[in-house]
Amino acid sequence: MNPTLQLFLIISAALFCIGLLAALSRRHAIFILIGIEMMLAAAGLNFIAFWRFAPQPAPPTGVMVTVFAIAIAAAEAAVGLALVITVYRHYRTTNVDQIDQLKG
Amino acid sequence: MSNWIGAHLWLILAVPLAGSLVILSLTNSRRTAAAALAIVGQVLAFVLSLGAFLPTLQAPGYRVFTNFTWFTFGEQTLRLGFLLDPLTAVMLVMITLVSLCIFVFSVGYMASDKNFTRFFAYLSFFSAAMLGVVLANSLLLLFVCWELVGLASYLLIGFWIKRPSAAAAAKKAFIITRIGDLGFFLGMLWLYGQSGTLLFYDGGNGALESHGLLSLGASATFIALLLFCGAVGKSGQFPLHVWLPDAMEGPTPVSALIHAATMVAAGIFLVARVYPLFSLGAIAGVTPSLTVVVWIGVVTALISALIALAQWDIKRILAYSTVSQLGLMMVSLGVGGVVAGIMHLLAHGFFKALLFLGSGSVIHGCHEEQDIRKMGGLRGRMPVTFLTYAIGMMALSGVPLFFSGAWTKEEILHATLQWPVSRAPHFLMLAGVVLTALYMTRQMIYVFFGHPRGSAEHAHESPPVMTAPLIVLAVCVIAFSVMLTPAWPWLFRYLAGATASFAFSQLIQPGLFIALALVVLGIALGVLIYRRPGELDPMEQSLPALFRFLQHGMWLDELYDRTVLAFARGAARTSDWLDRYFWDGLVRGFGALGSSLGSFTKGFDERAINAGANDAAAAARDLGGLISRRHSGQIQTYLGVVAVGMLALLLLYAWLT
Repeated sequence: MNPTLQLFLIISAALFCIGLLAALSRRHAIFILIGIEMMLAAAGLNFIAFWRFAPQPAPPTGVMVTVFAIAIAAAEAAVGLALVITVYRHYRTTNVDQIDQLKG
Repeated sequence: MSNWIGAHLWLILAVPLAGSLVILSLTNSRRTAAAALAIVGQVLAFVLSLGAFLPTLQAPGYRVFTNFTWFTFGEQTLRLGFLLDPLTAVMLVMITLVSLCIFVFSVGYMASDKNFTRFFAYLSFFSAAMLGVVLANSLLLLFVCWELVGLASYLLIGFWIKRPSAAAAAKKAFIITRIGDLGFFLGMLWLYGQSGTLLFYDGGNGALESHGLLSLGASATFIALLLFCGAVGKSGQFPLHVWLPDAMEGPTPVSALIHAATMVAAGIFLVARVYPLFSLGAIAGVTPSLTVVVWIGVVTALISALIALAQWDIKRILAYSTVSQLGLMMVSLGVGGVVAGIMHLLAHGFFKALLFLGSGSVIHGCHEEQDIRKMGGLRGRMPVTFLTYAIGMMALSGVPLFFSGAWTKEEILHATLQWPVSRAPHFLMLAGVVLTALYMTRQMIYVFFGHPRGSAEHAHESPPVMTAPLIVLAVCVIAFSVMLTPAWPWLFRYLAGATASFAFSQLIQPGLFIALALVVLGIALGVLIYRRPGELDPMEQSLPALFRFLQHGMWLDELYDRTVLAFARGAARTSDWLDRYFWDGLVRGFGALGSSLGSFTKGFDERAINAGANDAAAAARDLGGLISRRHSGQIQTYLGVVAVGMLALLLLYAWLT
C-alpha cells in the first residue's frame, strides 16, 4: 500500500480528535496539556503531509513551519507545566473540576 | 548469514524495543508475562549479536554498514545508518550478555515490587537504546539513542518515585548529563557544518574517513573537545561526575546495568568511535584534545578512588569505583591505547555488573541495609555471594592471571608509559591501582569478615534466581581473562584489526610484576588498616578532617551549590524583583493614572449622564445574570463550546460552498 495524502490526513485528524477528547475529558491538568500537545502534533503532521505531496521540488516551507511549531510547542509546554505547578501550589490540586475561579 | 545480519542490524535493537512496548501495554498484574517477554527479547538480541559477532572474525578490519536517507531538505540530505565492526560487535555481545544476567537477577530482586512490569519495560527500553548507540553509523543516530539512554536512566533512577531522594537524584542525573550533551550537540552541528555529513563511514565520504577529515582541518580539535563534553557528562568524568554516586538511589539491578556496566561506558565508546577526530594531525600520537582527555581522566580516576575510601554505603563505594575506572579508560584512550581502553571497558562491564549484583544480593539478604558498618561476617551466611563477590573484587583490584581486570589494567599502564608528553599519568595510575585494591579490601572486610553487626545477624543467602546470574558473571570474568592474556592477544589484535598468534613467552612481562606488587601492597595495607572493622573507620580516627572531606565527595556538591546554583538562584531572584517592582510598578503607575482620570470623569458622569443610563444598565444586568449562569468556571466546558462552535462554523462553510 502506497502512502497517500488522504492516509496522512486521516491519521492527523484522528490524532487531533484523540487530543481534543483528552483535553475535554481528562480531569488532570497535565493530561489536558498532553492532549493539547497531541493536537499541535496533528497540525504539524498536516503541514508535513501537504508539503510532501506537493509537486516536487517544493520549497521546504512545510518542514520549516513544523520545526518552528515544535520549538514553540516546547516553550509552551514549559510555560504550561510551570502554570500547573503554580496552580497546584495555590489550590493543592491539579484537578480542573475544582479550579473554577472564573465562575461568573 | 554474514550478509544477512549486516543488512539487518536494526533487528538487534528492534527486538528489545518491541518487547518494551508490548510490556508497557500490559497491566500491572501480568508479572510473569512481563519478565518472560523482557528475557526472551534479550536472549534473541544476544543470539543476533553473536550472529553479528561471528562474521567479524573472518578478516582483520572487518566493517559493513547500511546507510539510508532519513529525509531530504532542500539541498541537504540527512542520512542515518547502522555499522558493524569489531568495536560494535564486542560491545553488542557484552551489553546483551550482561543485560541478560541482570534481567534474570531482577526477577528475584524486584519480586515484591508492585511496579514489576513497568520495571521490565524500562529495562528493555534501556537495552534497545544502548544497542542503538553502539550500532549507529551516524553521529545523529548515536545522539538520538544517547538521549534515549539518558531518558531510560532518568526513569530507572527515579523508579521509586515516592522517595524524594530518588526523584532528586533522577533530576540531577538528567540535568547534569544534559550540560555535557549541549557540548555534544554543538560539536555535532559544527561537524555537519564543516564536513556536510554525520555518517561515520560512507565508502570514503564519511566524517571519519579521509575525505571528511580533510575538510575539518584545525576545527577538528574543537569539535573533538565539544564531543568530549558529552562523554564527560555521560561517563561521569570530573567535573560532571557528581550525578553518578547519587544515581545509586535506583534499584540495584539498575545500578549494575546502567551506572556500572553499560550506559556510563557510552562516553568511552563515543571517544573510541570518533577517535579519528581526536587524533587528526597528531604528532607522535599527541594532540591537544587527547591531552585534555588524559588529564581529565587522571583527575577523575584519582579523586574518585580517594573518595571511595571514605564511603559507608556499599553501593556508593562501587559507584565511586566506577567513576575511577572510567577515568582510567579515558586515560588509556588519551594516551593512544584505544584497544586497551576498550578491553578494560569490556572487562569492567562484566566484573562491575558482578560486583553490583553481589551488593544487591547482600542488600537483599540484610533486609535493605546498605551501610557497611551494619554488615559483617556474611562470609558464612551468604557463601555463593561471598565467593562471586571475591572474584569480582579481585578482578577490579587487578589480581593477575585468572582475573580479567589485571590484564587490561596492565595494558593501560603499558600504554601510559609510552606517552611522550609526561610520565605523571603513569605514576598516578600506579597510585590508583594501590588505592583501588585498598578500598575494595576495606569493603570486603567490612561486609564479609569479622562479626555480624546490626541486621547482618539475620542475613540469609539469596534465592537461586539471584545467585545464578552471579555465578554466570563470575565464570565470564574468569573466562574473559583467557582472551586477554598477552600470550594469546587475539582480542587485542582483533580490535586493532590485525591477526593474532599464540606466544607463551609474552605471558611474563615486567610490567605485570610491578602491577602485582602494587596490588599485593594495596590489599596488604587494607588488611593491616581495616583488620578490626567497627563503627569508626581507622582513617576517621587518625585523620578526621580528611575523612570528612572525602566522605562528602570533596564538598563538590556544596561547591556547585555555592557557585553555579547560587548564580541561578540570584538570577531568578533578580528577575522576580524586576517583575514585582519594576514592571509591576509601571503597570500600577498606569493603573493609578487611569483611576485618577476615572475619578475625575466619575463626578461628571454621575451628575450628567447617569439618569438615562440607569435603566439601560438594569436591563443589561438582567441579561448578564442570565448569561452568567452559563459561566461555570469549568475550563473544559468552555473548550467544548469552542470546539462545537468551530465545528458549526466549518459545517456552515461547507454548506455555503
